[in-house]
Amino acid sequence: MLEIKGLKVQLEDEDKQILKGVDLKVEAGKVHAIMGPNGSGKSTLSYVLSGKDGYEVTDGSASLNGEDLLELEAEERAALGLFLAFQYPVEIPGVGNMTFLRTAVNSQRKARGEEELSAKDFLQEIRAKAKTLKIDADMLKRPVNVGFSGGEKKRNEILQMAMLEPKMCILDETDSGLDVDAMKLVSEGVNALRDEGRGFLVITHYQRLLDHIKPDVVHIMADGRIIKTGGPELALEVEKNGYADILAEMA
Amino acid sequence: MNAVAKKIEATTARLEGMSLPAGGKWATEAREAALTRLRTMGLPDRRDEYWKYTRPDTLTQTDAPEASVLDTGEAPLFDGFDRLKVVFVDGVFDAEQSDDLSGEGLNIERLADVAAKDIHWARDVYGVLENNGQSPVERPLAALNSAFATDGVVIHVTGKVSRPVNLIYRHKSDSSDAILHHVIKLDAGAELTVLENGPAAARFNKSMEVDVADGAAFHHVRAQGRDHERRAVTHIFGRLGTESVFKSFTLTVNGRLTRNEAILELTGDDAVAHVAGACLGDGDFHHDDTVFVTHDAVNCESRQVFKKVLRNGATGVFQGKILVQPGAQKTDGYQISQSLLLDEDSQFLAKPELEIYADDVACSHGSTSGAIDEEALFYLRARGVPKDIATDLMVLSFVAEAVDEIENEDLRDEMLARLEGWLERRRD
Repeated sequence: MLEIKGLKVQLEDEDKQILKGVDLKVEAGKVHAIMGPNGSGKSTLSYVLSGKDGYEVTDGSASLNGEDLLELEAEERAALGLFLAFQYPVEIPGVGNMTFLRTAVNSQRKARGEEELSAKDFLQEIRAKAKTLKIDADMLKRPVNVGFSGGEKKRNEILQMAMLEPKMCILDETDSGLDVDAMKLVSEGVNALRDEGRGFLVITHYQRLLDHIKPDVVHIMADGRIIKTGGPELALEVEKNGYADILAEMA
Repeated sequence: MNAVAKKIEATTARLEGMSLPAGGKWATEAREAALTRLRTMGLPDRRDEYWKYTRPDTLTQTDAPEASVLDTGEAPLFDGFDRLKVVFVDGVFDAEQSDDLSGEGLNIERLADVAAKDIHWARDVYGVLENNGQSPVERPLAALNSAFATDGVVIHVTGKVSRPVNLIYRHKSDSSDAILHHVIKLDAGAELTVLENGPAAARFNKSMEVDVADGAAFHHVRAQGRDHERRAVTHIFGRLGTESVFKSFTLTVNGRLTRNEAILELTGDDAVAHVAGACLGDGDFHHDDTVFVTHDAVNCESRQVFKKVLRNGATGVFQGKILVQPGAQKTDGYQISQSLLLDEDSQFLAKPELEIYADDVACSHGSTSGAIDEEALFYLRARGVPKDIATDLMVLSFVAEAVDEIENEDLRDEMLARLEGWLERRRD
């Protein structure tokens, strides 16, 4: 599914290396988690994979189902099936949530040479999916993320994921700003999308999200590299002892 | 010779050989008074402070610069609305294309007919609101209009009129030079919506004087034509009585030169005046919104909301003022003017002004210029929306605050649909 080899990345307008050779492989049907201290490069990895400007790849590769991601525009990566759930979803006043999502769904379909979804079919689908995430009709009509609470914004991200049905989902600190109930709701939304054909990369600081979204593999990232990989028990170890032990062990 | 004397001399030369239109007593008096004002002020020139950002020469010169007629192939605006159509072709009323000039709750006449009479109520408004609006800032092109206009509509609204009056301005000749003057008088408690659309002429000078009596409501939605080389200077003069409402929105896409002035005076307590505009300009596009709102009563509210999207060297201008007169306490004034610059060649020139002589008021104003929000653009693209469509969504997002000023939801949707259509066609 997602294959990253020796990825080195620096900021475009600053001579500062952030990723120093990342190797990672996420298989279809699996949930991988990346944990790590602040500044380890976790969010940068998610941005570089999804095509944000401002980063320069100096070495290495990243591909999705064999297609080179790094050569593509952000929208082309999305049409290939890559999805990034943002840590800070952006507010877009004046553009209705529904209009935005329909534009996104149909843009992707068009890019893949599929037929666009009719207004009626789209409406039926979004209503059903919104309901399971407890997103009401009013939230669908409102401008994208404007006036949404932290929890509403994250639920809206998951709704977009459900509507776009991506192959590879990257969740960037989806648990940040969520209370216990909201985290449960968001996690249920994610779990409902777990599927043999879909891969997940869950970026988080805390183990608690992984109580709800159970990972198959856990990676520890520090200073731009993945320094340790293990099973779910690795996350528990971090929770108990912090990163210091692992960092010391690797040094 | 000093600058003023030079200006007067140039104006005298420009007016030489022009005679006032023939008419009845009241109209002749009003036109003569307007001509006297014009001769005293002189036509604007580029040294005038009020014309610092917009060159008036093509608006004042004898012959109108040519403008070819654009065949857009679009369905006519407001097509699905039940409305009273009044059509002008190159600034001349066209009875054939217009509806019967009658409606419940209003009396509507042609200016040409009204001006021929010796006595008419229009004398209380025609040139009167314009004259009031000449101070503290002179508006010579409005005086020119009052002096020389021969056509337009004169509307007396006596009740709540649900069917809008749609003034449609068709452009037929490449060298047409049109002057129109409308007078609208709303009695106490009356309501009217006026819609305007179309390019009008190669050069267009239009005035609209609106007298809104106590408790009356006037709504105005306008879309100016897209003919690339057309030029227009328009003035709206509004006088608002107690608890009256005046709301105006203008959408402008293309055109070489547009100067839209709105001069509103809140004369009765608890009145509400909103004036808003959105424009999209590309290349040789110069768009100027000049607004002057005077608060002369207690507890009134005014809003100015202007959004300009500019690219390929287009220029946007905003001169907006809120004047709060002594005694106009509890005034709530708001003014925002913003531009979205889609490239580095475009420019936005803004002069926001507040002048306040009362001590218990809340007035806020802001003006910004900016590029597209890269974070939001990435968010849209990361969802699969291609860059050009994402940019257009950001444009719609940017102008939303101005479009939202349209109170009627159907009219708001009509304007948005038109805007989306224009953006979409531009992409192809």
